Amino acid sequence: MRTEIILIIIGMAVVTFLTRFGCLLVFRQTGMPAFLTGWLRHVPTAILTALILPSLLLPKGYLDLSLQNHYLLAGILASLVAYKSRNILATVGVGIMVMFSLHWAGQWELLPF
Amino acid sequence: MTKPLVARTENLNNLHLSQGVRDSLPIILGIIPFGITCGLMGITTGLTQAETILMSVLVFAGASQFVSMTMLGAGITEWSIIVFTTLLVNLRHIIMGASLAPYMMKLPLPLQAVLSFGLVDESYALTANRIYKDGYSAYYQLGASAALYLSWILSTVIGVMMGGYLARCLEWGLDFAMIATFLVLLIPRLVDRISIVVCALSGIIAVVGALYLPGKWYIIVACLLASVVGSIMERRNKGEN
Repeated sequence: MRTEIILIIIGMAVVTFLTRFGCLLVFRQTGMPAFLTGWLRHVPTAILTALILPSLLLPKGYLDLSLQNHYLLAGILASLVAYKSRNILATVGVGIMVMFSLHWAGQWELLPF
Repeated sequence: MTKPLVARTENLNNLHLSQGVRDSLPIILGIIPFGITCGLMGITTGLTQAETILMSVLVFAGASQFVSMTMLGAGITEWSIIVFTTLLVNLRHIIMGASLAPYMMKLPLPLQAVLSFGLVDESYALTANRIYKDGYSAYYQLGASAALYLSWILSTVIGVMMGGYLARCLEWGLDFAMIATFLVLLIPRLVDRISIVVCALSGIIAVVGALYLPGKWYIIVACLLASVVGSIMERRNKGEN
């Protein structure tokens, strides 16, 4: 192992830890202000959407609303399963199965699109 | 009389711990291909096997590890540039940390530090969902984080040891497992008008941001704007009532 790489890794580890621990350190003494608690209630919804939607709509880095976009098709079906069942395993199972079948069908040129 | 009570709390803690582990299993399905890719990428960009594994052990942040490896592969070895980029990519965790802070502040400091170390997108999503459904449990968060952390390290090790042919798993869309899990966490939250607006707004900003903003900034921008709009709407609603 090279020293300069170890130093880079340690630097990365420190800043990563600080971003995750920073807020707790800041609010430790004072407690959380009320406006912040109200705001943070909506953070999970916003952040989950921001994580999911770009992966579905632009899996290759550009906007792809076509039927060739397997992520979008599997995403729509998985959303329906998630809405109906609220079950993680069912949703993941259906999603992966759709992804695999689309890939398989695409490889054998079974898809009309 | 105190002993049974202590025993009961311990049982409860263990229960929460194993719930956290169990709930993270579907997400781990999605993490494994990423970890394997991370291991493969490490050695292909010129890191040694030990260096690649050490990075997963100490940093535990997929996106920034990919970015830094790409930079190292491109010949950028300057400490400050790589570390600053890591900071930018991980800024979104400040928001996640802040959102969990009201619950975590009551915990002992070493536990806070451990839980903060394990706070990644996936463990945050699981913990936030658990708060929404059954309330906060530090042991649940610990179980989920530990399971995710161990699978991240193990899959990096597998990637380092395997040849290039496993990278195809990602093309096959095994990474969809993670998206599907996030969908199950998100959709039950969309129960009122404000959450639907927050979701729609965040989605539009994220997609536009992913197209035009560098790196992972779109997550931070979308999250901040949409959640602020949500809290303003909520305050206005309360004012009317």
